[in-house]
Amino acid sequence: MPSDPRIEPASTSPSAIRNFCIIAHIDHGKSTLADRMLQLTGVVSEREMKAQYLDRMDIERERGITIKSQAVRMPWAVDDAPCALNMIDTPGHVDFTYEVSRSLAACEGAVLLVDAAQGIEAQTLANLYLAMENDLVIIPVLNKIDLPAAEPDRYAEELAGLVGCDPDDVMRVSGKTGEGVAALLDRIVRDVPAPVGDADAPTRAIIFDSVYDTYRGVVTYVRVVDGHLTPREKIVMMSTRATHELLEIGVISPEPVPTKGLGVGEVGYLITGVKDVRQSRVGDTVTDASRQAKEPIGKYRDPRPMVFSGLFPLDGSDFPDLRDALDRLKLNDAALVFEPENSVALGFGFRCGYLGLLHLEIVRERLEREFDLDLISTAPNVVYRVTMEDGKEIVVTNPSEFPGGKIAEVREPVVKATILAPSEFIGTIMELCQQRRGTMGTMNYLSADRVEMHYTMPLAEIVFDFFDQLKSRTRGYASLDYEPSGEQPADLVKVDILLQGEAVDAFSAVVHKDAAYAYGVRMTAKLRELIPRQQFEVPIQAAIGARVIARETIRAMRKDVLAKCYGGDISRKRKLLEKQKEGKKRMKTIGRVDVPQEAFIAALSTADEGSDKGEKKK
Amino acid sequence: MVAADASRDFGVYVHVPFCAVRCGYCDFNTYAPSELGGATRDGYVEAALAEMELARRAMGTDPRPASTVFFGGGTPTMLDAAELARLLRGVSDTWGLASGVEVTTEANPDSVTEESLAALAGAGFTRVSLGMQSAVPRVLATLDRTHDPENVARAVAWAKGAGLATSVDLIYGTPGETLDDWRESVDAAVALEPDHVSAYALVIEDGTRMGRDLRAGRIAPVDTDVQADMYEAADDTLAAAGYSWYEVSNWAQTPGDACRHNVGYWRGQDWWGIGPGAHSYREVPGGEARRWWNVKHPRAYAERLAEGESPEAGGEALDDEQRYVERVMLAVRLASGITLSELRPASAAAVGALAADGLVVREARTEKEGPRVVLTRRGRLLADAVVRALVWPDGASGSSAS
Repeated sequence: MPSDPRIEPASTSPSAIRNFCIIAHIDHGKSTLADRMLQLTGVVSEREMKAQYLDRMDIERERGITIKSQAVRMPWAVDDAPCALNMIDTPGHVDFTYEVSRSLAACEGAVLLVDAAQGIEAQTLANLYLAMENDLVIIPVLNKIDLPAAEPDRYAEELAGLVGCDPDDVMRVSGKTGEGVAALLDRIVRDVPAPVGDADAPTRAIIFDSVYDTYRGVVTYVRVVDGHLTPREKIVMMSTRATHELLEIGVISPEPVPTKGLGVGEVGYLITGVKDVRQSRVGDTVTDASRQAKEPIGKYRDPRPMVFSGLFPLDGSDFPDLRDALDRLKLNDAALVFEPENSVALGFGFRCGYLGLLHLEIVRERLEREFDLDLISTAPNVVYRVTMEDGKEIVVTNPSEFPGGKIAEVREPVVKATILAPSEFIGTIMELCQQRRGTMGTMNYLSADRVEMHYTMPLAEIVFDFFDQLKSRTRGYASLDYEPSGEQPADLVKVDILLQGEAVDAFSAVVHKDAAYAYGVRMTAKLRELIPRQQFEVPIQAAIGARVIARETIRAMRKDVLAKCYGGDISRKRKLLEKQKEGKKRMKTIGRVDVPQEAFIAALSTADEGSDKGEKKK
Repeated sequence: MVAADASRDFGVYVHVPFCAVRCGYCDFNTYAPSELGGATRDGYVEAALAEMELARRAMGTDPRPASTVFFGGGTPTMLDAAELARLLRGVSDTWGLASGVEVTTEANPDSVTEESLAALAGAGFTRVSLGMQSAVPRVLATLDRTHDPENVARAVAWAKGAGLATSVDLIYGTPGETLDDWRESVDAAVALEPDHVSAYALVIEDGTRMGRDLRAGRIAPVDTDVQADMYEAADDTLAAAGYSWYEVSNWAQTPGDACRHNVGYWRGQDWWGIGPGAHSYREVPGGEARRWWNVKHPRAYAERLAEGESPEAGGEALDDEQRYVERVMLAVRLASGITLSELRPASAAAVGALAADGLVVREARTEKEGPRVVLTRRGRLLADAVVRALVWPDGASGSSAS
């Protein structure tokens, strides 16, 4: 890597530093563009280039999304003036809005990267607004201009409208071929302001990422705002007042390189020997223990789980492995919370809290892939605040714990949702949002045929199957973003599903009063199909409290006997019985009813299939 | 060699592995002529007699004569009456025949004549079990049965004329068979006034032609609820005609008309199975219970015996748990049921729930032995579930999670 004394870490003048991030939708080519930048700046040679270098985990590479951000330092000279570019990678998904906002806080500029064949997506738009609120300089860029389907003129117009620039200012690049990438680097140097800070003030650095590494412990990524960080000094985390020693400090280029320190405006990593990302939290401010700053940079916010779901091992004996795996994941995921849960239907497991649905999926997938666990998860739910008539307040994260008795009020979380879609789908989307108890806000045309719609909606409706429905009803064209927006009182009830009079906890759901009947009918019908006949009749009921709202009956099995059992049949028959006994071990017994675990899983996993069927019947 | 318990009955089963054709539903160890691979009837008879000789030696000082002899198959009547008589003589020479011995042969209605049945009776056979299956030609055709329903009536009449006790076998639940078809078959069977009737639900096994047809969707199985209706219809008709069930699939005019050989299986008696693929079972008092079985193909069977070797292909020694499971599994099928005192305490505790569900009743027959657990009619149709509930009560009686 070329080395220029003027841009040595710890001794680079802020005027030679540019900190930027790339805001892009999942598959709009951010990683490919980043790869190209690493090559052009000489940080990574062609030979070393792994495709999508920055995405470290397999899952990320397969899904094409970046969950954990990193920061890479790249040298780039314009007119012989060397600059250190710090590219701060940002997560691209709705669940990680807070992490995105912290990454943005570490930058002065943002590359708004949009697929020239698809136009901007809702999440990108949300992040763009966030960047504009943070006063970042926006460089609009259309990517994939090499694609035959690219419509750069059309989308340049759209971006220009959003950013408030001339369509000619929208850059056109191809991460794949490299076309326009050098010009983009030049533009970053020219347009993105150099960082400003007070080198003599008490040290302040904002943490924008924190990653657990098996060998190094927690690696914390920071941007120095004021002062200076040096190895061996003692630092303080301002939110917790915890003191750590800086064992190592350095920059990523693209592998970690220890340095003598980090000065104003610089971006790098630090290692203190802590083992849990909770001790080094995203959004926190690092200061010098011997000369502490008074005010943190921005307000620290604890990650708050918004969506809960039960996670159970398919094989009950895997419970300890699941616990160990969650403990390990937690080291690297400050937002993940969990506590043991015991379900009648599914056995021992954990109730887990996530930032959102993608976070849930990622955690589950990592548990299955990295820890080789087979898991069932219950339908995700949100957090309810229930006020009883006697004034007592109960926070419900598990529907089966929703209280009975005299309830004064139930409050549920709501979100502000933004939907971007071709205007031909306005009617369809309005219908869907209305069904999901959405309240329409404003609607803006991004261009003649693309529209941005704003809704206020219960989060519970979104975590159910809103996104799938939105996608299928708009042939995949609509995109969605949402952010928490407080809570509202709502007419919510708990529907229990009872087998022979016994509640099956995994199927209890908190639903709006108007949707309770449909839920009851759907679940009872589904279970009737999935649960094998028993020696006796089994009623399946859906009930709100003591009031039954739907009922199905599994008729008693009438024949279960092998007709012939003579001399040669006896061994075979006994072995068959023994096998049935083994099968029985995998059954869950609710009351007297034996239910194969597969039936519960099928009932949980085909939730939307059922609702589709229901609609077709009408 | 340990002597066996002389109080236990001893039976001999002779497996005759020949059929004229293989029926589409059949997975028994039997061979149509093209499948014999060089094995012959003559070779089979010689080999079976040789196995009896080996068996005699193996049983050492066990003094028990055969209480019952049963020729099954296959189609035993593919052998002529003289060959069957020779085999029976072999049994008699080897073990002796107890007084009042029951000697049964299965028979295809097409492969017997008035003369052959008389000859069998003359040779000491006491009972013939005819494979009637159905009285409805369409159903018989699905089962690949070649006989004319009228042949059955003739065969029963000849057998009665020869002084043989008679039984007819019926099959219900053949694909395409309706409840009315079935009633017609049961009525026809009852009209023949046999001493004994068996009725079996058709089980379509993998590896049979019917199994392949089922997988390929060329035939549809009869719904188990319809099979239950069929069973109940048969039970009603037979009861009205004076037959009583004594085992789940078997009805007899009087207790004396029950097939004693088969009852021996269900009561856990000892038996020696002669012939290819035949199973045998022996308990030694205070010692082990052992089951074993012979090589399946008639050629391999004949070759082993020609070398003076045992035709045994494999076996198992049953532990106490397995013996208990089999004891309950088999005894429960009988109208005599199982005495409460024979059940382990946990099993006995499960009886209450089964009785409450209407699957069993507790009947006191004699004061000495105490109450017996006997299947109700609904319980007969759910006998396997009852057995599971009795032998593994932890699962079935409801380890209630509440």
